[in-house]
Parts: sequence; C-alpha cells; structure tokens
Amino acid sequence: MSEVVRGFTRTLTGRIVLRVDIVEKGLLATLLEQLIEFVSPESADSDADPLAAIVGIAEDAQRPEDPALARLFPDAYPDDPEASADFRRYTERGLREAKAAAATTALNSLEESGEKITLTVDQAQAWLGALADIRLALGSRLEITEDNHEELANLPDEDPRSGMFHLYDWLTYLTETLVRCLMPR
Amino acid sequence: MKSKTLMSSVTLMNSVSTTRFGHDRSVLMTAPVELDRPEAEEVVATQRPWITIVWNDPVNLMNYVTYVFMTYFSYPREKAEQLMMQVHQEGRAVVSSGRREEMERDVAAMHSYGLWATLMRDD
Repeated sequence: MSEVVRGFTRTLTGRIVLRVDIVEKGLLATLLEQLIEFVSPESADSDADPLAAIVGIAEDAQRPEDPALARLFPDAYPDDPEASADFRRYTERGLREAKAAAATTALNSLEESGEKITLTVDQAQAWLGALADIRLALGSRLEITEDNHEELANLPDEDPRSGMFHLYDWLTYLTETLVRCLMPR
Repeated sequence: MKSKTLMSSVTLMNSVSTTRFGHDRSVLMTAPVELDRPEAEEVVATQRPWITIVWNDPVNLMNYVTYVFMTYFSYPREKAEQLMMQVHQEGRAVVSSGRREEMERDVAAMHSYGLWATLMRDD
C-alpha cells in the first residue's frame, strides 16, 4: 500500500520527484540498462561509411524481426516497403540514438541519487520516453491486447509472464503519475 | 572504453537527430530556409497532400497520448483529447497534414515518443 505515496510527484518549485525503495530502484536501473542495450544500433561496423554514420544514415536498415523492436521502429509507409526502407535508412539510427540517450539520462539520474530522485523537467521528459519504450517492449513480449489485462493479472505465480505483467503494471502506474506531473496546465 | 565511445557517439547523434526531428517544431518551422519558398511549393503546401496517422495500440496510456499531441504539435488540450479519443475509439486519427517531408518529420517524432504512426498521401 506504500505504493500510493510513491511514483512521481511535482514540487512547488516545479521540479519532479520520484520516490522508490532500494528494490524498485534496482529494478528500474536494470530495465533502463536493458533498454539501452536493446535500442542501441548494432555495434559500429568499421567498414561503414563514417559520413553516413555522422549524419545518422543507416546503410542497411531493415524492418527488425523482433516484434518488440518492430513496434518501437514501425514501418512509416504500411503499403510501400521501398519507401519504408528509405525512411528507415534516414531515421532509424537517429531514433535509436535518441531513445538510448533518454534512457541513459534516466539511468544517470537514478545512479546519482538515493531513494528520492529529484529531476528537472528535461530529465523527467527523458524518463517519460524511456518508460514508454520499456512498456512497449514488455507489452509486446506479453502480447498485451485491449482485452487481456485481467487474464494476465490473474496468471498463476509460476507462469513466467506473471512477474513480467506485475512489472508492466507498476510501470503503468509510474507513467500515469509522471504524465500528470508534466501535463501542460 | 567501449562504453565511452558509445556515449560520445550518443551525444553527437542525439544532437543530430534533435536538429532533424526535434520536438521544438516552431524552431524548425521558422528556420530561414522555410521563408523563401518558390511559389510552386506554396501551392503544394496549400493542397496539403500528405497526412500523418496515429494508430491505436494497447500499451500507450490515454493521458500520455494527449500529452504527446499537446507537447509536440502544440495543440490545445481540447483538440489533443479529441484526437486521442478518435485514436482510441476508431483505431486511428489524422494528426497532421502538409508536405511529405514535414509528415516524415512528424512520423519520426511520433516514433520517438513510442506512438505508432504512419504517413500516406491524402487521396
């Protein structure tokens, strides 16, 4: 029940505070580390065109086979594979880097603090993006639909999806509280 | 060593991508290059032949989607909530229209927020 007072809150001076216990902090750090690894572009290829890399063009960007990655980097032209591939070449690398950078900002803020993490609005926005990406990845792994929340919530403990769903549910709560802090008035 | 290389490249790439697909639309739209467009392109812009569509998904929260529409497009709350409800109830909504390059920028921005977006010609 202590969770009720946790999550993100906004201070009178406009900063945003996240309160977590040591277990939650460890979980968040692990998830953020996994997200960074998950979205970071494949390790730099020494043969790759360095100029293309600098301007963010991926020479061989293809639709990811992993459904979670395909959800994070969807086709921009549903009926035009060629235009989708072009779009991917010019955007996916930059998107991956931006997502990894946001997760890194969130992770750094966590590691620099104790159980009370005080954030600027910019840092909080980085957290919001990272939480969205983690929930999308978990949601894809859990094959969440509009209709199966209850089913997933009532899985027996021994089902490996059970723990993952409770994690997802907790991140949903954190996201709700963070959006409320950041919503323009 | 490896992580240091990664970090510096992240910083660099992030600034590149912020320039191309930054959330600060007003800066992008008021860039000097936008001011002197030949007339032909203005005609195309008036016809608004491309649209950005956001699709419903079971993960993103309703208030988060509203927040993204307000933050990125600078839409007033009422319009942002209407579009969010349309996405939620009808499965998709047209959230912006304009030149193809602008719509590609919007789609990439939506992807950066984790929203499922596509673009198409507005036939």
